[in-house]
Amino acid sequence: MKIHEYQGKQLLKDFGVTVPRGIVVKSADEASVAYKTLGGDLAVLKSQIHAGGRGKGRFKEDQDQAGVVLVRSADEASENANKMLGNTLVTIQTGEEGKKVGTLYLEEGLEIENELYLAVVIDREIGLPMLIISSEGGMDIEEVAENTPEKILHEPFDAGYGLHTFQAVKLAFKLGLEGPAIRSAAKFLPKFCDFFLKNDCDMAEINPLVVTKAGDIMPLDSKISFDGNALFRHKNFSELRDLQEEEPTEVRAQEAGLSYVKLEGNIGCLVNGAGLAMSTMDLIKLHGGEPANFLDVGGGANVDQVTEAFRIILADHNVKAVLVNIFGGIMKCDTIVEALLEAYEKVGITVPLVVRLEGTNVEKAREMLGNSGRDIITATDLTDAAQKVVATLV
Amino acid sequence: MSILVDSETRIITQGITGNAGLFHSQKSREYARDECGRSEDVFVGGVTPGKGGTEVDGFPVFNTVAEAREKTGANVSLIFVPPPFCADAIMEAADAGIELIVAITEGVPVLDMVKAKNYLKGKKSRLIGPNCPGIITPGVAKIGIMPGYIHTPGSIGLISKSGTLTYEAAWQLGNVGLGQSTAVGIGGDPIIGTNFIDLLEMFENDPKTEAMLMIGEIGGNAEIEAAQYIKEHVTKPVAAFIAGKTAPPGKRMGHAGAIIAGGKGTAAEKVAALEAAGVEVAESPADMGAAVKRALQK
Repeated sequence: MKIHEYQGKQLLKDFGVTVPRGIVVKSADEASVAYKTLGGDLAVLKSQIHAGGRGKGRFKEDQDQAGVVLVRSADEASENANKMLGNTLVTIQTGEEGKKVGTLYLEEGLEIENELYLAVVIDREIGLPMLIISSEGGMDIEEVAENTPEKILHEPFDAGYGLHTFQAVKLAFKLGLEGPAIRSAAKFLPKFCDFFLKNDCDMAEINPLVVTKAGDIMPLDSKISFDGNALFRHKNFSELRDLQEEEPTEVRAQEAGLSYVKLEGNIGCLVNGAGLAMSTMDLIKLHGGEPANFLDVGGGANVDQVTEAFRIILADHNVKAVLVNIFGGIMKCDTIVEALLEAYEKVGITVPLVVRLEGTNVEKAREMLGNSGRDIITATDLTDAAQKVVATLV
Repeated sequence: MSILVDSETRIITQGITGNAGLFHSQKSREYARDECGRSEDVFVGGVTPGKGGTEVDGFPVFNTVAEAREKTGANVSLIFVPPPFCADAIMEAADAGIELIVAITEGVPVLDMVKAKNYLKGKKSRLIGPNCPGIITPGVAKIGIMPGYIHTPGSIGLISKSGTLTYEAAWQLGNVGLGQSTAVGIGGDPIIGTNFIDLLEMFENDPKTEAMLMIGEIGGNAEIEAAQYIKEHVTKPVAAFIAGKTAPPGKRMGHAGAIIAGGKGTAAEKVAALEAAGVEVAESPADMGAAVKRALQK
């Protein structure tokens, strides 16, 4: 689960991490007031969307307007806010369609000495949380990794104790920090790792992490996401969720306990199991079709859930045919057919439907399909299913 | 012979009084009795804290794993406890000296697994999963949720991150006249107890296994490390399939671990690494059984 920069900074601040002063802005007037409240002679006005590359990003409605701008007066703050709010920002990470900006964050300008890169992730191979830090802040970290990998430092740490002070000090010296910045790093880095652990983050990235002229260390950006499996421990996080940022059908699927990802193609897929669902998409593509979605109904889905799955697939108007691929294990094939026939009644299926069933209760399910009187195309194996569904579109 | 499971295997279920725990324990017990001709029951009981001393459908229930192990001699634990308590259940099983821990539970917080995995370091317990279908040695024992009848005894070692794709593979192997020595679902989470390499090594050393089929997917680089291992240490034929060629970057495809992050963990790079290691890679998921045949004929 992703959250906005301003939400991340608020959580960090509540946790006791020093962050730059900032104010959430939802209108041009608020921008003007916020500028005066901050009281400096420079501030940064930033679009709040769940995607990176905002500084270089431009608005669809105004190609000269950047997603992040420096402002030097209250008027400048409100003028820019006017050109940003309600408009669509396109960045390297949003795709062509961009993301609508509903919230801005106005933050005080800082006297910056240098910029670092900081991230904490879970390293899958060693099975530990890992702090990643680099002297090359403000840059695209993938590029740094490609060109100058020696400039990226990795420090795994214990998931129970967090990052030890000596580890932070070691990193600070390796980064070439001096004077009070060493002491700041020795405080900031363990605190940040602690934040990661206490909040069940799955990624926390600060780019850039700045060292101020005074030797303080502060996050200038924050990109934080939480482990969806751990949300039961953090009930308050549900307030931080921004449904505007999510695909409505994906939200609906989540509520029904289904795993769904919308794609660009026109062949809807209903599959049990994540691996088989991915493979079904691959197979459609291999036979010249384009999958419209990833959909895993899971192992223990009931008739209602599967019917809802059909509703979600068919709500996508790009869908011109549907492929049902079930290998029954815990999931019984007859449950799928029961739901499928109910979907004909309740949802109305007007596009061609190809069904491939195997596994638990398959005989009973095939009999139900045969007796249904519905125009359903049956397939014997994966290849047969993919070929038949692609053929319906020709 | 086979790996992980043999005639000495005695299994308890943690979370036996839950719906899924009981249902699959019953199914696994039936499999042992009906498909394996085991005279004594290999499923010896279960654990649910607070329900010790009771019995559920013939399974004695204990309060702790330590007690269950002491009273029944169990050496394997099958875990169905809900996600918030799963990591603790894994650690409890390891503490009690259980040799093989199979965690079926889906949705365990990743930091819980980090802690559990580190707890297991230096202990003799092996963990399979979580978020996996379990283990089956056809004709010997089934420890998990897979339908027993699709698996036939044979000589192929099957290792997979995915549940239903494992069933698909077993079914395809059956269609080309091949059975499995053992099939192991390793799980689709970012942090899992046992990875491809551990199992490739076991299958390499198992005289009953003639060839291996490994089924991977996008996300992480376990398949690439496995490819390196195969190149250096595996003499038996290996076939593979990687799911998720068409998955968009940055999106989780059902499994918590199946995500292309920062351009890393794509199907293409995994396929390339495996092919470079001499592995017969199936282009289509419909081609897994045939790919194993081709690998055997190489």
